[in-house]
Amino acid sequence: MDLELEPDHAAFRAAVREIAQSVVQPFAAEVDRDQRFPREAIDAATRSGLMGVLIPREYGGAGLDALAFTICIEELAQACASTAVIVDVHTSVGTEPILLFGDEEQKRRWLPRLAQGELLGAFALSEPSSGSDAASLKSSARRDGDAYVLNGTKVFITNIGHAGLYIVFARTGADERAAGISAFIVPAETGGVRIGQVFHKMGLHGSPTGELVLEDVRVPAGNRLGAEGQGFTVAMRALDSGRIGISGQALGIAQAAVDETRATMRERGHDQGDDFTLAEMAARLESARLLAYHAAWLCSRGLPFTREASMSKLHCTDIAMQLAVDALQIAGEDGAISGSPFERHVRDAKALQIYEGSNQVQRVVIARELLRAG
Amino acid sequence: MDFEFSAEQVAIRDTIRELVQDRVAPRAAEIDEKSEYPKDIERLFADNGILGIPFPEEYGGISGSSVTICMGIEEIAKACASSSLILAVQALGSYPILVAGSEEQKKRLCPPLASGEKVAAYALSEPGSGSDAGAMTTHAKRYGDEYVLNGTKQFITHGSVAGTLVVFAHTGGEDHRGISAFVLERETSPWTVSKVEHKLGIRGSPTAQIVLEDVKVPAANRLGEEGAGFKLALAVLDRSRPGIGAQALGIAEGAFDYALNYVKERRQFGQPIASFQGIQFMLADIATQIEASRHLVYLAATKVDAKAPDLTKVAAMAKLFASDMAMRVTTDCVQLLGGYGYISDYPVERMMRDAKITQIYEGTNQIQRVVIARALLR
Repeated sequence: MDLELEPDHAAFRAAVREIAQSVVQPFAAEVDRDQRFPREAIDAATRSGLMGVLIPREYGGAGLDALAFTICIEELAQACASTAVIVDVHTSVGTEPILLFGDEEQKRRWLPRLAQGELLGAFALSEPSSGSDAASLKSSARRDGDAYVLNGTKVFITNIGHAGLYIVFARTGADERAAGISAFIVPAETGGVRIGQVFHKMGLHGSPTGELVLEDVRVPAGNRLGAEGQGFTVAMRALDSGRIGISGQALGIAQAAVDETRATMRERGHDQGDDFTLAEMAARLESARLLAYHAAWLCSRGLPFTREASMSKLHCTDIAMQLAVDALQIAGEDGAISGSPFERHVRDAKALQIYEGSNQVQRVVIARELLRAG
Repeated sequence: MDFEFSAEQVAIRDTIRELVQDRVAPRAAEIDEKSEYPKDIERLFADNGILGIPFPEEYGGISGSSVTICMGIEEIAKACASSSLILAVQALGSYPILVAGSEEQKKRLCPPLASGEKVAAYALSEPGSGSDAGAMTTHAKRYGDEYVLNGTKQFITHGSVAGTLVVFAHTGGEDHRGISAFVLERETSPWTVSKVEHKLGIRGSPTAQIVLEDVKVPAANRLGEEGAGFKLALAVLDRSRPGIGAQALGIAEGAFDYALNYVKERRQFGQPIASFQGIQFMLADIATQIEASRHLVYLAATKVDAKAPDLTKVAAMAKLFASDMAMRVTTDCVQLLGGYGYISDYPVERMMRDAKITQIYEGTNQIQRVVIARALLR
């Protein structure tokens, strides 16, 4: 057993931290205030190869593993949670379906452009009436010769409007549940792809979230990922590793909350009440980090990691929320003023308990895995 | 024991509830979005006697009871936390006069507040003195029958819209024993607003920084003796803390009402999500926490009305418990709405942002713990 990072991972962390702290962090407050896309940060991530962390070198990526990906998102989130989720969604659920289920031609065609940040990836699963119950989605994909025609409305799509391609899930078969769903690569410029409402959110103001409307969108049959009816499997597998990325995002927010609290206490003085809160915050963060790294390590080694990814997402995001609230409590009224990182962390952290499977869904997954026969 | 409101209180509550439903609730999202002080709501409350609740009848008011004040704040906060501060801060800014004012001062200063002609504010905190109020640097120097005040006050709720401002300042010595309290009336003792903060929540309630530069105040507007100000400031906070507990309670109830309806209507897996036990357990925990907080808040309010010897401790407990509860409950209510909870088309994200300040102002919850522990160990 060795719970220290390997030298490669440690060096990678240092490199990402350098970019995050020097280029991403300085824009975090402004991006939040102006509710704008963190262009400078994403450009910097692109230049540094961070958009292709998980993509193999033969397809133009960095060829790193799930642990490196977690570390990457963690470091970015410590600087700016909006930037982190943009990169996270692009890298995991926006790209991994192609990596894991794409055929050789699809990989050659799409992965290099995703790896180089030329295309931003996005994932379109949720619909107005199907959130946690993803298998009940209604969007349809009708086969028409060598193409499919897609119709439907997708909601809560991260990277909306900035994505170059969307991984879209739609119904191809008669089965009304999971077995009737297929996955498609839908380039954003395809006719009939329209951006609906872009939401005004409590936090993550730099990360656009909104509706994707599909009106007779015609995509070649060659854009279907995997077999007909395999879409739900594609989505669930992508979300398993997506949850590790969100855990990394949670760790970054929590680490920032701890660091800012330490700085505030050192500067202002502290009594035992504050000391105890800080100690508890730090202990919880350590437990969360190890849980996330363990899930990432299992994933990197090709071992089953569904249960661990759900535990990690549940625990890390709950802790990020608690730590953000505790940190703001120690900062006091100064921390509640707009522009303060303390209040931003509280607003940002809440989303993490909800997206990529609400924490209620994580509990369902964990319990199901625990109670499975055998 | 009697857990019920009086018939008169029920009548006041029903009036407020109706006004809130008809006039305040429809404005709440807009008030937050525009970060605008709702002058129309202030007028509505003035015209309907709500701003007279903190005052006994002999000073132009309709009650003066802490229980009634808390009831009013709770009702308003269910729909709009910012608007609930119009009543809460009217009470906070008036308590110093009611607690320490002479009969002449009460007769002169209270009626325009009770009628809602003016709103009040309370200026204790400074940039360098928040939890440590004794460290304030604002000072008041006496010249004949007036004082001249200089200093800067920070995080003053309604400091920019108030007509009457109670200010704490040093008249002697540098520690808390040299602090005195003054009533500034805007027409005769004008103060300057140097900044209005942008905040996480309660965006419709302006939080101002106030600069006092050679502001002249008649000696007749000093409350109590010179040097009695610090004790007064603490006595006032004891009395107003149940009101913050009531605000927290109202915010939590408003969020829970919304979330409860939502989970009954939102369907996933072919059934309302309220039919899932995981959701049911959350609902049960939330309702229980709200119920426990409500009793503690109104216990504290009855202690204030009875001038009970343990009111300091119980008021601190009510504020601590209800505000921590409101933060947890509103966070859970956002969770119950899922992605919809996180966007501003739905009210619960605003309620969660609003809840946070109740853990901070009128004495941070760390200070409440200090107060409670001190009372326990005395």
